[in-house]
Amino acid sequence: MDVLIYLIPISIFLGGVGLIGFLYTLRSRQYDDPEGDAQRILTGEWDDRPKPD
Amino acid sequence: MTHAPISACPACNAAPMAQNLADTDHMAGHILLNVPTVHCAVCISSIEKTLNTIDGVKEARVNLTLRRATIDTTRPIDVQVFIQALDQIGYPAHELDASLLGQSAMEQAARRLLTRLAVSGFAMMNVMLLSIAVWSGAEGITRDMFHWISALIAVPATLYAAYPFFANAWGALRGRVLNMDVPISLAILLALGTSIYETSLSGEHAYFDAAISLTFFLLAGRYLDHRTRSIARSAAQELSALEVTKAVIRKDGQDTTVPISQVQVGDTVILRPGARMPLDGVVIQGQSEIDRSILTGETRPEFVTIGSELRAGEVNLTGPLELRATAVGQDTSLAKISQLVAIAESGRSKYTSIADKAAQLYAPGVHILSALSFVGWYLYSQDLRMALNIAAAVLIITCPCALGLAVPAVTTAVSGRLFKKGLLIKSATAIERLAQVDTVVFDKTGTLTDGNLTLIDLPAATAEQLQISHALARASAHPLAQAMAAALSEQGVAEIRLDQVQEHPGYGVSALYGGQQVRMGRAEWVGATARDHTATWVQIDGEILEFAFADQMRGGAADLIADLQQAGIDVQILSGDGLAPVSRVAAALGVTAYRANQTPESKAAHITQLQAQGRHVLMIGDGLNDTAALTSAHVSISPATALDAARVASDVVFLGQRLDSLIGVIALSKTAQRRIRENFQLASLYNVLAVPIAIAGFATPLIAALAMSLSSITVTLNALRMK
Repeated sequence: MDVLIYLIPISIFLGGVGLIGFLYTLRSRQYDDPEGDAQRILTGEWDDRPKPD
Repeated sequence: MTHAPISACPACNAAPMAQNLADTDHMAGHILLNVPTVHCAVCISSIEKTLNTIDGVKEARVNLTLRRATIDTTRPIDVQVFIQALDQIGYPAHELDASLLGQSAMEQAARRLLTRLAVSGFAMMNVMLLSIAVWSGAEGITRDMFHWISALIAVPATLYAAYPFFANAWGALRGRVLNMDVPISLAILLALGTSIYETSLSGEHAYFDAAISLTFFLLAGRYLDHRTRSIARSAAQELSALEVTKAVIRKDGQDTTVPISQVQVGDTVILRPGARMPLDGVVIQGQSEIDRSILTGETRPEFVTIGSELRAGEVNLTGPLELRATAVGQDTSLAKISQLVAIAESGRSKYTSIADKAAQLYAPGVHILSALSFVGWYLYSQDLRMALNIAAAVLIITCPCALGLAVPAVTTAVSGRLFKKGLLIKSATAIERLAQVDTVVFDKTGTLTDGNLTLIDLPAATAEQLQISHALARASAHPLAQAMAAALSEQGVAEIRLDQVQEHPGYGVSALYGGQQVRMGRAEWVGATARDHTATWVQIDGEILEFAFADQMRGGAADLIADLQQAGIDVQILSGDGLAPVSRVAAALGVTAYRANQTPESKAAHITQLQAQGRHVLMIGDGLNDTAALTSAHVSISPATALDAARVASDVVFLGQRLDSLIGVIALSKTAQRRIRENFQLASLYNVLAVPIAIAGFATPLIAALAMSLSSITVTLNALRMK
């Protein structure tokens, strides 16, 4: 069972990565307009910020 | 050689950058527009493209969820520019006052809830993984280690994520009441406490997974609830931000447009024809007719002249008026009525939601059950540790995980459907109350009718007389005259040439025809006798023609009433208008119970009387004269075009011009009610099955986790059947 010594920290670390990823999406306001984002993906226009000049 | 461009480049970049900075500091604008009709990807891109091509726009972005466009500009630009640009491509837009929206606070609260949800979700997944190892038979030192690691994750995560529940429970306890959060907090804390205690004694059962998953499920319910409410609230606030906020004042012969908050009592205010009164005032110059239908329900225009008092909300029809402001802001009669309604609201008998009723039964029951099993087991076995364990297990298993989801899941689903139909639910319990409705009372002016007037039929007259009338009507800007001109040209009546056409604001139009004076206007002025209904009179050569008008029905009104009557709901009309127009509308819609000439007080009294008979009344109205009735009704609906005071008083607001968006609302709310009840029954069923196991002392963390997850999932799935 020694393998647990590695596996448990690894699993917690991976979970933590997921959590941080989620917090990042939250901070970068990706949940502000769920309906709009669902529609925008259908258009071929550049829709990222900042727009390239 | 290369030095010059390199050193020049930052400089040439710095200048516009500094300018940019200065722009953003002093002159940049941040504009919010409400665009109610945006609904697809093409709308988004065409709106954004249009706005972005306007000079001075830094960025324009549409938020489809909130039906709103945000525009950042590099210099101040008049909002009308954007509104006109959008109007040209077919999207009506309204300006929103960003400061009124209070948006950021709500967004922050939602984000905090979501963060807590994420933290508890992360912790739950990890703890569950460890728990699965324990359930499948880890023993001795391995199990202890797993328990300790679970504790390390679950304790801080739970304390952080469940903070809203602790805070609410503490608030309730301090106010000496029990709410749903009290048993929740107690169960979470007890689960954590006994689990740490058990783990320290290397015991078998630890409920860390239960504590954290309980928090997760309940937070999910709380988040859904918050989201539904914040969408409705922001929409309602948007509407209040649409109110008239500007007034034209005349000082030293110069007219300036100022925000309404800067107008002072005694200032001279100019009111153009077609404009709405922003404040209370006395006419000091000019004559006109005013439309006070939104205040009283009367469709007949009223004559005003020097000395007449006008109230905020009334609409000027013909001539420009100069007024002296007698009351502004909070002192206007409009604001005073809003305050009266607020007072009436606080006295309104409070409706207890199903969830609250359940909580009132549930909270003490669970505590008693848990305490009894603790006492029973302690007396039976004299083992404090075991008794405490069992009491904790009872609390955890009965904990209202599914109950916390039962209502929010359904209301989220229903509000989403209603939002698509153009209905905004302002009150949390509105859907439940709608389901009980058995009587619907309508206001007439502005609710069943859309406020516009149409010519009913032509008087018996010669073609020449009609042609003269047409020409007279064409010459006036009065809404009645315009409606008449439109109706006559539709009938194919030609115009005839008149000389010396002159408009007399407040009275009518006069002209010369073949050397003889012809007149059109108010009854007294042309020498006719006024009647109960709305009409205008034409006088040609001593002969008087009456053109009678009726208010135009709102689209879908007949369908809605037929639908309600078919569902066995009693429909009535209460109006402040005269008997003739009310009975005409009632007959056209097939309504037999109607009352005319109602005052605001008698409307409210009628509704109170109906309620005293045990009926549940839905009031649908828009005018200021309806606000008291809207407040005293069991549940109330108003159109978005209604005055602020009426919208504040009602529980549901419908957008758009047509009434048929209300068809099926009561049926839908009944379905919602049924789903909520089913959800409670499902949740109780799980409790009934699991509680005996817990009391008997056979509950393991595995059973707790299963009961909790299964009941939450069934409840959510049942709610999703609404879609």
